[in-house]
Amino acid sequence: MLLSIDLPLIIEKLVLIIVVVMSSLVIAMYATFAERKVAAVMQDRIGPNRAGPGGIFQPLADGLKLFFKEEIIPNFSSKFLFILGPSLAMLTAMMTSAVIPWGDTVTLFGREIHLQIADINIGILYVFGVVSMGVYGIMIGSWASNNKFSLMGGLRAASQIISYELAMGIALIALLMVTGTLSLRGMVAGQMDGIWNIIKQPLGFLIFLICVFAECNRTPFDLPEAENELIGGYHTEYSSMKLGFYLFAEYINMFISSAVMVSLFFGGYDIPFLNDGHAVEKIGQNWMAVAHIFMFLFKAFFFVFFFMWVRWTIPRFRYDQLMNLGWKVLIPLALFNMLVTGAVILGLQ
Amino acid sequence: MQALTNRAKQVDRRPMTLLERAYLPAIFKGMSITFGHMFKKAPTISYPEQTRPFSPVFRGLHILNRDEEGRENCTACGLCAVACPAEAITMEAAERKAGEENLYREEKYAAKYEINMLRCIFCGLCEEACPKDAIYLSETFAPANFQRKGFIYGKEDLLIPNPVTEPEAYAKAKGGRVTVK
Repeated sequence: MLLSIDLPLIIEKLVLIIVVVMSSLVIAMYATFAERKVAAVMQDRIGPNRAGPGGIFQPLADGLKLFFKEEIIPNFSSKFLFILGPSLAMLTAMMTSAVIPWGDTVTLFGREIHLQIADINIGILYVFGVVSMGVYGIMIGSWASNNKFSLMGGLRAASQIISYELAMGIALIALLMVTGTLSLRGMVAGQMDGIWNIIKQPLGFLIFLICVFAECNRTPFDLPEAENELIGGYHTEYSSMKLGFYLFAEYINMFISSAVMVSLFFGGYDIPFLNDGHAVEKIGQNWMAVAHIFMFLFKAFFFVFFFMWVRWTIPRFRYDQLMNLGWKVLIPLALFNMLVTGAVILGLQ
Repeated sequence: MQALTNRAKQVDRRPMTLLERAYLPAIFKGMSITFGHMFKKAPTISYPEQTRPFSPVFRGLHILNRDEEGRENCTACGLCAVACPAEAITMEAAERKAGEENLYREEKYAAKYEINMLRCIFCGLCEEACPKDAIYLSETFAPANFQRKGFIYGKEDLLIPNPVTEPEAYAKAKGGRVTVK
């Protein structure tokens, strides 16, 4: 039997994948540069400004430096696991970008293309599943390092991520009750030209935000990689590009988490105070899609800046304070949020 | 115990209120402070385009002095080498020949004079010990080098330019040095 392969569809998806992956990589690269610049201006100094005009080529210099360094693999049993750790971290970081709606639809070459790689109807659940797999990257890396301190760092990371995933999930259940769909595209469509979910779920957003900080191992929850506590944490033994992968995966995670938060709570690519339906008729669908993409990226970049802003403001949590917060404060709060949301929805019917 | 001043503040050990325990108000206050810092001017100096001015008595690199006629002051007496706490100075004396009166001031001069910049601690004791006002410490740093032997400065590296043959270079090298007669 002949399989009819829909070639235009495959080409369309391939192009989308390449574009999304490349832009995630470039954005993560410049996020490292932005982090240093933002840290600098918040500390009354100027950041790197020597590599290229205003320091623009600094990430390239960093990447090249990592390539030129010596690849050290410690002398022990499992070389495969040692290399697998950072690869897994990078893989899961990039896989989450598959379901994010970057824009509405674009009409090119007579085809309607959704600006989303995979519009599955369990969108946010897929994101959760992949992020949970990301913890494997850290655990495998710390175990394969054959080092007590890396193992401690990995254990802390794993327990931190697992604890905060629970609160995140419960906060999402409340959001699901409000929006009625798991698909990210459906959630954004529900917020277009309407009320953004942040107004309907402010407490849920706060809980989700705190949990996202914990998931990305960002201050104040960056104990796994705390330099002055565990030397390097789970990436002590890594050098050259494997370390580069770990650090890079963190920034990609940060960007993708910001994008997810924007899609869930801030209307995705919705332009505020502008009736998108009318605007489409005025300037055409393709230009509207471009405007949408810019809006989405602007919001995501604001959240990335917010991540950096918080990092350079507050000190990190001690491990027991961290677990205390995750289990004894956030989960009851998330449950309370869910109950109140349920009660309000029932009351309004 | 009697406190020495009245500036001591009693430590506030009251338990945290509910609002404080939520961490969030304190976090927002901190974030507004950091945000405010973004718009302040950074006091960074972009070296090497801009440099900080040194005081005229700054102890930097050594210079072997000449007098107004261009003759070297140093007589290789060895007082600076003895005074140096790091034993950085070494020299070999030589006798002035008949036709060299315009080069050296006295009959004895230093044929070889070396300062090991890696040993020197820039204390200035050699400057204080010299009876002929021949060595002083100027306002420049010791520049970097790839090898240790590049740091052993010989007489040519240390001598000030001749005021008779190169007056502008001499004036520039003298800088704002305060001389005590």
